[in-house]
Amino acid sequence: MVLKDVPTKLIYERPAVYDPRVTHYCPGCTHGVAHRLVAEVLEEMGEVDNAIGVASVGCSVFIYNYFNIDFVEAPHGRAPAMATGIKRVLPESTVFTYQGDGDLASIGMGEIVGAASRGELISVIFINNANYGMTGGQMAPTTLPGQKTTSSPTGRDVKRQGYPVQTAELLSTLTGSAYVVRRSMHNPREIKRAKKAIRTAFEVQKHGLGFALVELLSTCPTNWKMTPDDARSWVEERMTEFFPLGDYKVSPAVAELKI
Amino acid sequence: MAKELIKGNTAVAEAALRAGLEAYFGYPITPQTELLEHLSARMPELGRPFVQAESELGAINMVYGAACTGKRVMTSSSSPGVSLMMEGLSYIAGTEVPMVLVDVVRGGPGLGNIAPAQGDYNQIVHGGGHGDYRMIVLAPASVQEAVDMTALAFDLAEKYRTITAIMLDGSIGQMMEPAELPPMQPLKKDIPDWAVRGNRDDGDWHLLTSINLDPPAQEVMNLRLMQRWQEIEKNEVRYKGYYLDDAEFVVVGFGTAGRVSLSAVRAAREKGIKVGLLRPITVAPFPDEVLDELAQKVQAFLVVEMNSGQMLEDVRLVVRGRKPVEFFGRMGGVVPFPDEVLTEIERLVKGPLTTEGHPRDRWLPRLAETIG
Amino acid sequence: MPAKGYIEVNELYCKACELCVTDCPFGVLALDMEHLTPKGYHPAHMINPDACTGCGICATVCPDAAITVYRYERKKTEA
Repeated sequence: MVLKDVPTKLIYERPAVYDPRVTHYCPGCTHGVAHRLVAEVLEEMGEVDNAIGVASVGCSVFIYNYFNIDFVEAPHGRAPAMATGIKRVLPESTVFTYQGDGDLASIGMGEIVGAASRGELISVIFINNANYGMTGGQMAPTTLPGQKTTSSPTGRDVKRQGYPVQTAELLSTLTGSAYVVRRSMHNPREIKRAKKAIRTAFEVQKHGLGFALVELLSTCPTNWKMTPDDARSWVEERMTEFFPLGDYKVSPAVAELKI
Repeated sequence: MAKELIKGNTAVAEAALRAGLEAYFGYPITPQTELLEHLSARMPELGRPFVQAESELGAINMVYGAACTGKRVMTSSSSPGVSLMMEGLSYIAGTEVPMVLVDVVRGGPGLGNIAPAQGDYNQIVHGGGHGDYRMIVLAPASVQEAVDMTALAFDLAEKYRTITAIMLDGSIGQMMEPAELPPMQPLKKDIPDWAVRGNRDDGDWHLLTSINLDPPAQEVMNLRLMQRWQEIEKNEVRYKGYYLDDAEFVVVGFGTAGRVSLSAVRAAREKGIKVGLLRPITVAPFPDEVLDELAQKVQAFLVVEMNSGQMLEDVRLVVRGRKPVEFFGRMGGVVPFPDEVLTEIERLVKGPLTTEGHPRDRWLPRLAETIG
Repeated sequence: MPAKGYIEVNELYCKACELCVTDCPFGVLALDMEHLTPKGYHPAHMINPDACTGCGICATVCPDAAITVYRYERKKTEA
């Protein structure tokens, strides 16, 4: 099958910064893709030895087991505050948080708005999969109207349970936000665009231009009760309606960055 | 250095700075706001990070992050704000990173008021947040003592990788007294080997987390924390005794209550009453040993606090019913006067006393009568 | 048509999510139903190796970084 007598060139292999551990994520869960993109960006920027990650509470609580870099674990929602503390005392390091819907947009809303409004020089990776994955699929601030979850079993009723929060739009209104964008990971082209955004978010930090956040529409095949591929279609067809992809805040200085 | 007339909050802030405080994260709340305000001017002057966080919740978590880098960090708040910090304190204790907390206590529960109280004793002394942990708690009774405790707080926190709380009654935070501030210390340069630091100079990466999913692993960690607490109990008890050598009766009080009681004890001595005062400086670890010795020789104890009887329980635990323990307290931000305590001392001396029942049950009706 | 590249799937990491199978533009991949990984999944493998161009799309979508991608380096033959 593999031709032995022809010279080959390595095109892609697993990031070196990855730990050999197998992740606990469900098959097809795009957490894995997001992790990989962050790893690739840190490696390409030469920032692996300089990075300090702040893990949050959600399916990604053990992200620190998968990256061989310095990591701290934050209480639920508090990652942006912990990141602030670290970045303020170690301004030369590259500090990032990796948070899910509940962590960032529910319990942690105070902390993320505080960090963004102060223009903290941190990079935030925000995984939006429209439910609380780790705890079994409850309604999240990002759950769509009518969407069935374990705490909205008949579908999200906006009269009783309110409307989803559009985080990228919300944070883009703050002057301290320098780069706030929403991307997706539902096909190879979107994944490549997501990687570019993540790279930009880290470059914004390196150049001291302000707060950077990349919201990534993600799948949750297990709690949505779909196959991984159907879950991607649901992101493309349903989620992008309420969470349009795009650049919500790109400050002039960020626009001038050549990456 | 000369003494200057200085407010407690300001003195603690400046003392912390001089002890090598590297970063401060806080939120305004009366009656400790002067501490934050002083540092908001001084920290930038010295090029050190200062952040007024979005809330006490934000502040304690910023401290948590910065503490993970091994730097000297501190936050301050008052009772309702400290309640917000309980989650963070539990995580910080569970991650075994050092920090200093200043709690300037006010009347409560709830929003309460901004007057001085000692109602946070239970919360602070018994750990506060969820889970099995303790913190070292220092209870100064004067501005000078608060200044002296501040450098000590950082040293103890780092020595034991624990939280040290300086529990100031609102009165100590607000009062102005002559105090001598220590000279400016340089910032420490060494990085502890457990710290996260980004630039990996030792070729290894560091993880700081309080998660231990496997119960036996968590238990090992809990054991370590408790063994460390035993070390602290053995080595770090501090207290002041006044007129204890020949005392037949002993008043026990900390902070402002202890200070007010000292005036009463002196007045009682002038009347010929052989009464002394035990003033714990560390309320955690509690001065069990000296209290136990006293329980063997004196006739009775009077515990005086500005709360409903919180340290009272720790005293009763050590005394174990061997001698009568009576209680006098004012709550809600009311500060007792020395003559009130003197009246209680005289009641104690007159008797009759009992080791039966709970002293609170004898005190509450008297208080009810006093306040109508 | 000779293959322009080839891929390897590390079966330690493959969770049979089939995203690579679906997204491969050339139908190179399928789950190997004759084989189970240590975790009990049927791993992806090349069933149509000649069609592989080494484009790397499979590795781009793989959530578990299980795929290594190679391209053959052939010199252009004289006309």
